[in-house]
Parts: sequence; C-alpha cells; structure tokens
Amino acid sequence: MTALVATIRPPIAINRRLLAAGTLTLFGLVDVLIFGLFAHHGDAGFALSLTGAKVVVPTIRLPGGPLAYALGGASILIGIARATVVDSPGPRRLGIGLVLLFFVLSLLAWSDTGSWAHGIPVNLVTLLQNTLAGSIPLILGALAGCMGERAGVINIAIEGQLLLGAFTAAIVASTVGVLWLGLIGGSLAGGLVGLVLASFAIRFLVDQIVLGVVINLLVSGLTGFLYDRLMVPNANAYNNASTFGPIKIPGLGDIPIIGPIFFDSTIFLYLTYAAIIVVQVGLFSTRWGLRVRAVGEHPTAADTVGIRVLGIRYRNLVLGGMLAGIGGAYLTLGSVGTFSKDMSSGLGYIALAAMIFGRWTPLGATAAALLFGFTPALGSFLGSITVPISPFILAMAPYVATIIAVAGLVGRVRAPAADGKPYLRA
Amino acid sequence: MTDDAAVLPPGQQESEPAPERGRLRGFDRAIIEAIVQGSPAVTTAVAIVAALLIGALIIAFSDATVLHAWGSFFAAPGAAISATWQSAAAAYSALFEGAILNPHTVAAALHGGSVGAIFYPLSETASQATPLILTGLAVALAFRAGLFNIGAASQWIGGAIVVTYLGFAISLPPVIHVIVCLLGGFVGGAVMGWLVGDLKARTGAHEVIVTIMLNYVMYNLLSYLLGTPSALQQPHQANLTSPNIAADAQLPHVGGPPPQVGVGFLIALAAAVGMWWLVARSTVGFEFRTVGANPSAARTAGMSVQRTWVLAMLLAGGLAGLSAAVTIQGSFYSLNFQSYGTYGIDGITVALLGRAKPLGVVLAALLFSALETGATTMEAATQVPVDIAEVIEGLIVLFVAAPLLIRAVFRMRAAQRGGMAAVAKGWNG
Repeated sequence: MTALVATIRPPIAINRRLLAAGTLTLFGLVDVLIFGLFAHHGDAGFALSLTGAKVVVPTIRLPGGPLAYALGGASILIGIARATVVDSPGPRRLGIGLVLLFFVLSLLAWSDTGSWAHGIPVNLVTLLQNTLAGSIPLILGALAGCMGERAGVINIAIEGQLLLGAFTAAIVASTVGVLWLGLIGGSLAGGLVGLVLASFAIRFLVDQIVLGVVINLLVSGLTGFLYDRLMVPNANAYNNASTFGPIKIPGLGDIPIIGPIFFDSTIFLYLTYAAIIVVQVGLFSTRWGLRVRAVGEHPTAADTVGIRVLGIRYRNLVLGGMLAGIGGAYLTLGSVGTFSKDMSSGLGYIALAAMIFGRWTPLGATAAALLFGFTPALGSFLGSITVPISPFILAMAPYVATIIAVAGLVGRVRAPAADGKPYLRA
Repeated sequence: MTDDAAVLPPGQQESEPAPERGRLRGFDRAIIEAIVQGSPAVTTAVAIVAALLIGALIIAFSDATVLHAWGSFFAAPGAAISATWQSAAAAYSALFEGAILNPHTVAAALHGGSVGAIFYPLSETASQATPLILTGLAVALAFRAGLFNIGAASQWIGGAIVVTYLGFAISLPPVIHVIVCLLGGFVGGAVMGWLVGDLKARTGAHEVIVTIMLNYVMYNLLSYLLGTPSALQQPHQANLTSPNIAADAQLPHVGGPPPQVGVGFLIALAAAVGMWWLVARSTVGFEFRTVGANPSAARTAGMSVQRTWVLAMLLAGGLAGLSAAVTIQGSFYSLNFQSYGTYGIDGITVALLGRAKPLGVVLAALLFSALETGATTMEAATQVPVDIAEVIEGLIVLFVAAPLLIRAVFRMRAAQRGGMAAVAKGWNG
C-alpha cells in the first residue's frame, strides 16, 4: 500500500522547503530592492490615533529607506531560518505572517516618505478600521464556505448568498423601516439560498459546481430584474434604508490603538467576531464539529455509527447561508444603505479563494480574508496621496502577492475528502 | 442510483396495484417518461420550456397592470388572466422578434422590401454568440482535464491586449495582419492559461484561487493600460478606450450589409470542431479525458498528469484569447470595457449547459446569445428589464442539471442515467 501511494504521489520536482524559503526571501528582496532603494529621502509617519481620541498616541516617524531595508532584511532572515532550522507548523505560519506584514509596512513606508504624502502620516488606525470593515462580507462568506464544505458540500453560491442578503436587507429595512429586521431578513435570504443549494445538491444530486454557478446567475438576474422593475421606479419606498451606526464598547473602545480598531464599529463586526469563534470552536472542539468533519471526510463511516449525514449537510448549508446573508446585509445596511445591481461584485468568489487559501479552517480563512480586505483600504489611502504610480498597478499587488504565496508557501491544499460528492446510502 | 421511494410520496407505491398503475400511465405520461429518459436534447428542450414558463410568470406578476387586474380577480377573472397572458406574451414576442425572426420584416419582404432584413435578428444572435462560444470552449476544455477554469476573463484580457496592440501599432499587408492578430490573441490568452497550469503542475497551487486572483490582476492591468496614453489609451481621449485597430486587421463579413455572418463566427465553429477532434480523436485528448476522470489512474498508466494540466490550461487560455481576438477584430474594433463585456464568467455557464462538449457549447452559446439579444429588444419595446434573460438562463441550466427534479415533479420512475453528473469535479481533482 505504501509503495503504491508513493508511486502515485505527484512527482513535484521542487523541494517544498527550499521553495518556501525562496519565496519568503523574494518578499524580503522586494522590500529592500524596490521599497528601500527607491525610497525618497525623509521620514515616513505612522499615526496611531484618530483625531479626538481620549489618549493620543504620538505619531511615529521613521526614515523610510532604512525602515524598508530593516524590514526586508528581517524577511530574508526569516527565509534563511525557514530553509535551515524552522520546521514546525506554528513558527512556519508565524514566519509567513511576519513576512507579509513587513511587506505591507515597507510598501506603506515607501509611499509615505518624502513629498508624495506632503508630510501627512499614514493613519494605521483608519487603515485597519477600513480593513476590518471591508473584510466582514469576505469573512462571513468564507465561514459559510467552511460550514458547507466541512460537511462535504461545495459552496460556490457564496456570491449569490451575499447578493440576495444585500437585496433583501435593503428592501426589508426600507419597507418596514427597522434596520434590525433588515439584518434578519438578509440573513434569512442567505439561509434560503443555502437551503436551495442543499436541496438540489442532496435531494436532486445536481453537480455542486454547476449548482453554485447557476444559483449565482439566478440571484444576479432576479435581483437585477427586481431592482429595475421595483426599486428604480419607487426608490423611496423600496431602496432607502439607513445604515447601522457604530457602537463603542465601553472601556475597551477607549484603549489606545486597539480600541478604535476592534471595539468601535457596527454590529456587523461584533457578529463577525462571534461567528469566527463559534465556527472555529464548534468545528474543532465540539461533538457537533467532530460529526460535521466525519460527514465531510467519510460519510459512510459517519452513517454507520448513526450520524445523520444528510441532516447535518442540510443544517450546515442553511446556517452557513445565514452567516453569508449577514455579510450581504453588511453591504447595504452596514456601508451604503442602498442596493445596487450586482453590488457583491465578485466578493463571493474572493471569499471562496480565502476559504481555500485558509485550508478550509475558519481562522485560516479569516486571515486570508483580512489580506483581501486590506486591499481596498490600502487603495483608498494611496488615493489620498500623490504616489506617482497608477492606483491600478498598486491594486494588483495583493492579488499578485496571493498568487506568489499560494504557489510558494501554501502549495497543494487538500479539501475534505467527500467534498462535492453526493452521499447515497448503498 | 436513487430508489423510487425518495421520489414518490410515501405509501404510493404500495397502495397502487401494479396493473392499475400500468393502466393509469396514459399517453401523456409515457411521453414525459420518454422525454426524461430520452436524449439530452429532449431533456434540454423540456428545461427550456419550463424556464420560459417560470420567466413568464415572473414578468407578468411583477407588472403593475397585471397585479391590479388580479386585485379584482373575483369581479373579473377573465380580465386578470388575459392581462397576465398579454403582459408575458408582449415581452416574449418582442424577445423572439429581436433574437430570431420579426414577422414584420417577412411581410415587408413579401411586398418588395428587403429580404436580407429578415435575417438581421439571426445575424445579431450569431454575432453575439461568437465570443461566448470561444470562452465556453475555454472552460469546457479545462473541465475535460478535470480543471475548473474560472479565469477565462483574465485569459480574454491577455489575448485582447496583444490583439489590440498588434492591431493598431504595427502595419502589415491585409490578410497577414488579420492572421497575425488572431495568432497574437491565441498566444496572449495561452500565456495566461499556461501560467495557471504551470503553477498548478509545479507547486500544486489550486487553479481556482490562481484564476480568481489573475482575473483581478488582469482587470487592473487592463484599467491601467487603457488609462495610459503611452500604452493602449487612444490619444487625446479621457475615456478608457484603445484606438481602433487598422482596417487591415479587421475580420471581414460574409454577406451583408446589414445581415451578415462574421468570419469570427466561422472561426468559433472551427474551434469547436477542432476541440471535438482533439478531445475525441487524438492521443492528447485521450490523456485529457483520462486525467480528468481519474488522475491517479492516468499516472499509474504512465501519463504525465502535470504535462496534461499545463497543456489543457494553455489551450483553454488560447481559446479565451481567441474569443478576445474575434470580439475586437470582428465587431468592436477597439478594446474597452464595453468590448470586454462579461464573456469570461458567462463562458462557465455556457460550458456547463453544453455539458463540456463542443457541440453542446455552440448550441448553449447560441441559446444564451438569442436570449440576451432578444432581451435588449424586449426591454426597448416593453420595459421588461433585460435581467430576465439571466434568470431564464439560470433556470434552464438548473433544470437540465436536475433530471431528478423533473422526475419528482412528474412522479417519474428513475431513469438509467443522471444528467450532468460528470461535467465538473470537486476540489480534489
């Protein structure tokens, strides 16, 4: 058996360890050779508090070039360590995280140094606030993906769940006038999409990839149709929701730096925290999670010991859909207040990528989603200063970095073994 | 396969004696059973009818006039039903006239008008279908090798950049210029596809992540190039658009004007035939199908799975790049976000409806293109939003993919084979 496995293992020629080390070093070299070498003379400023904060943390100013050299050098050292000493999962992930963080910091230092920023510091608090807010639909969507796929059903319909959630939240909140009901309506709409996905995948055995793509098309068509037919002629009645205001958590919200980033936001962020914790702990530390994973890996074995395979799949898809629906509701009630055609604009597919990047784990998916949420936040900062590089080129950077990271650091990922396969009792 | 108990309501089987059950199955039921167990073409026809029916209900019951008529249903039931009929019929006849045939042009031709005008809607449909066929083939070819190519959009852009550049920046003799641009489009797309396949083969990077990321990378690159005068932007223009390509590089039309078949459409058909030959008749195609069906078995049999992935993605990317070439050389003559359209993502649906088979892809692309072309006419004539075309398309694919659903609706016995079970595969390949 072992011999057979050895022969059919893909003959990947490259030594994974050296590839990972090389990739980490590459990020370090970019820090040094681009952000360091091409830095202007002067200091990069990092502001750490918002205007009007109770405790004002002084702005840190560091010389831009040397900072990028230092960060790049540290990344290269991490790469060398990866090639020689480090070989356990914890430090490995820490290394990847640090290298990506250093990359981002040196990019920021480079763009904020000298005349481009007119001496205005990068406000890290605002940047991270925007990152977290932008990540909400991605995290919730990726969690919906995890819920379904850990139980063995591929969920490509995240995009549709976000979009229908956004639409329903806007229309309910506009007609009823109660934001909370809009949030609940959006969540239920996402759950409904999950239920449709579940029944077609489980009861009617439809190919799950076909199904997800089709559901996205249907939701896009239906919401677009109703938007033109219903919302545009009667915008005041049907598409005029307000948005949730920020809630500052007493005490925690006043902590310098961390407070405004993590504890002074809309209800959506707090729901997201809860969802991450519940799904992560639930999947990996409870009896329910053990059953879900058993169903996703080996449904026949799970069935043999009395676990209701199809019941678990239905329940997980609906609950996951409800999470994604909340993410959709954020798009309307959490940020702009009105629905517009195809406003999810591919976020569901990014959430899908985040879930795969995060190896089907809630925490991994969250980390990947934060990386993607950082992109628009970075874009809006760079738009506010006069960097002589097209914002489009800079907007490519995180996606390129993801490809490099996936190819060089993550490599082959393994989905739950029964993912995408309908379960039929023999 | 499923058992009947899952489909029939509980108890029905036992309560009905066998001979009576046989007698009860009338002619209509026999037809339906034949349909469901019959060829994919018949199943698809049933799915189209069902989708159009649901679409009609959506159109009618989102119409204020119809809803008003139903409000007084008990006073005037006939009026309610006729209003429903009229609302849906008006929309669908406009759709049909825009996509296939307008009776007015036939009448005009009989009275000495233009005969060519009769074929105008059909030529529009064919022209719209051209890029869809090619992106559909791009997704379908990758499916056959077990890869999920969400990146037809990025490969389209890769091809489009090369085509546009070759089209306006260099000058070549007439026929050669066309061919060079077409080849350039293929190569531009193929490079993007190769990148995905190569990364997967070398490092195991999942093609779904890489293609989604590349879509964003290329979209931003396109925005950058179209906004930079020294790159692809038309000089002295604020719009994000390229200059027109040279007249020598434009694809000619057969027949016309105005009803005409673009050479691009013929290229798309040729590509479909080429893919059929490759997949069904060549050694390479056999390897594609084997790797797609079971990579471990393919490896054991001595095939190089990695090489197959790379080649499949390279060819798929080339087809998507060719889609860009025929769009730009055949109908738009410049690259901008209007010519970019949504062919990349629509190609996935087309490939799925076409069951990843070349003929299926061509027919599916023609159907979708007819729906979309007709929907534009429909919106102009009846104010029904074009988005209904997407709803109908989605429903068609859903019904085709779910033969068990139709069987459940009609209380049918289980057929021998499921619908599209083998088109796409899960993440683990």
